[in-house]
Amino acid sequence: MKNNVFQAVKLKLTAIKIPKLQLPDAPLPIFKNGSLGNDGRLTLSPFKAMVKKEVSDHIRNWRFIILFALITLACLGTLFSTLNDGMKALVTDSSDNNFFFLNLFTKSDGSLPPYFVFVGFLGPLFGISLGFDAISSEQNKGTLSRILAQPIPRDSILNAKFLAGIIVISVMLFSLSFLVLGAGLVAIGIPPTAEEFMRIMVYTVLSIVYVSFWLNLSILFSVRFRQPATSALLGIAVWLFFTLFYPMIANLIIKGYEPSKFASPRAIYFYEKLKFYLVQIMPNELFDEITSAILVPSVRSLGPLTMEQLHGAIPSSLPLGQSVLLVWPQFTGLLSLTLLCFLLSYMLFMKREIRSRG
Amino acid sequence: MAEKSIEIIGLTKKYGEHVAVDNLTLSIEKGEIFGLLGPNGAGKSTTILMLLGLTEVDSGSVKVCGIDTTRFPLEVKRKVGYLPEDVGFYNDYSGLQNLLYIARLNNIPVEEAQKSALETLADVGLEEVKDNKVASYSRGMRQRLGLADVLIKKPEVIILDEPTLGLDPEGVKKFLQLIVDLSRKKGITVLFSSHHLHQVQQLCDRVGIFVKGKLLAEGKISSLAEQLFSKNTFTIEGEISSPPENRTPEALQEVIDKIKGIKEVAKVELKNEHFVVESKKDISPEVSRLLVNSGYGLAYLSKKKYGLDDIYHQYFQEEK
Repeated sequence: MKNNVFQAVKLKLTAIKIPKLQLPDAPLPIFKNGSLGNDGRLTLSPFKAMVKKEVSDHIRNWRFIILFALITLACLGTLFSTLNDGMKALVTDSSDNNFFFLNLFTKSDGSLPPYFVFVGFLGPLFGISLGFDAISSEQNKGTLSRILAQPIPRDSILNAKFLAGIIVISVMLFSLSFLVLGAGLVAIGIPPTAEEFMRIMVYTVLSIVYVSFWLNLSILFSVRFRQPATSALLGIAVWLFFTLFYPMIANLIIKGYEPSKFASPRAIYFYEKLKFYLVQIMPNELFDEITSAILVPSVRSLGPLTMEQLHGAIPSSLPLGQSVLLVWPQFTGLLSLTLLCFLLSYMLFMKREIRSRG
Repeated sequence: MAEKSIEIIGLTKKYGEHVAVDNLTLSIEKGEIFGLLGPNGAGKSTTILMLLGLTEVDSGSVKVCGIDTTRFPLEVKRKVGYLPEDVGFYNDYSGLQNLLYIARLNNIPVEEAQKSALETLADVGLEEVKDNKVASYSRGMRQRLGLADVLIKKPEVIILDEPTLGLDPEGVKKFLQLIVDLSRKKGITVLFSSHHLHQVQQLCDRVGIFVKGKLLAEGKISSLAEQLFSKNTFTIEGEISSPPENRTPEALQEVIDKIKGIKEVAKVELKNEHFVVESKKDISPEVSRLLVNSGYGLAYLSKKKYGLDDIYHQYFQEEK
């Protein structure tokens, strides 16, 4: 009942608001009709031009070329080491699963880490390098005030930077995934199953989200700090903190709670839960969990399980839908971290005073 | 000429305790060239930023071409060309590419943009270097490219923030001439800020003097002098040459009193033989006649005219 009333009020409110909200828009079409075209398609074109420019800037940039070469080399290296030796690595422990193609992404013969480790490791670097001077370099070059003096909404410069970054990242990660897939196809000779293919696609999409978190974080730093070096270092510092130092700190805390051998199951369960939740704040841990659940179908749970929960379970691999469900919280967390960074950069940027260089 | 291109009413901007722009009221008519004159840190740039909605307005209202900037910044930016102080370009792109990018941001269709970019580049004299990278441009060329940037969107109002900074005298002259010609030809309103008096004096229809966030005076340069030096616009300086026996203070004082007797004279100062007379009207003939009739000689007599320099200094002295 209460809900209904609330909804009714809400509806009324929106009904009142809509005409009001449209008022500021009213003069817009008049001006557009006057000089520049008259359809909505054209209004998007400045934004498109900006994205286009950003993408081409990224692709021509040496920084991007070097990192792309690095990741491609790493990727090819792992591919060769995986396919080496008659694909021993692929088949060794595949007694219980037949996901050859997924093994291409997760297994190696030990001389080089597997593909997913490289993506998890170099992805953040890639994101940081694409974004750390996004706004500050425009400001230092004196182009920011020139661009913002044009009739474009202020946020479109942030959006264009972000979208261009995502486009570049997506193209790169998809092409790498397809490269590995194609090489595997040639080497193994069996086409991947639909399930495997879908898993790889889902993994690629999620890794784009992961890299775009780092991209957003570094764009945030570039909005906040005038010096590109500061924001780059800060980005790398955050990355190092999460990959090296935070696990150490978490370990220290966990050690303090370590139960004795004879502790009650309740205490042990609490300890395991603590261990699990403490690391959930790390974006790289979230991504690792996503990777393992998506690329290894036999992973059934990411947190601790009690014996009761395991009771009666048949040890087999999960279907894709279930795996995705399993990592949904992790995915949501990663996405919300990304959006949080974006929101903060918005807040910093929208109200900011744009001086030419100072 | 009722049409106002820029209308500022009660504009105020504070940075913490510091008041950058203090209750500024100013209006600029269509087709006018207005010079905003003031020392560094007077709040000229801040005012310009507020005109474009690039910084928040604390209180007051700004209307450009009749559009409220705080509410419809995009509409204003569509009509206003702004050349920031020390403008930057994408150095890896050629001048033409930089210009085309701005044209695209202004939603000018590609073919039309191409055409008008070439025309504008010709207007500002960068035709020959249009395909060179901007990194290779000289300061003057960059500034002219900045002007092309402003012109390509066919603005009704141009706002230039310290456009002549860092240009050599010849470059300044050419650049300003370019602005004046274009403004006259196309009827564009021009607002430009500067701390160079002489440039402003040369080309502005009107100037506003801006110190510490306040507009101290505005108007035509000739009328400015009147505003600033309140009543006594004319100042005559001279030196009395007289035989030594007449050079007693009493005798001189007598002369001074006589000068004071002339109508319109407001103030006479005397230091040895040197005197300064301030008056409402030009009274140099009367003064010289009087002196000669009283048996004195005149070493020299000069009329002092107020230029912007004096106006400027007057203000700085007051501020100190």
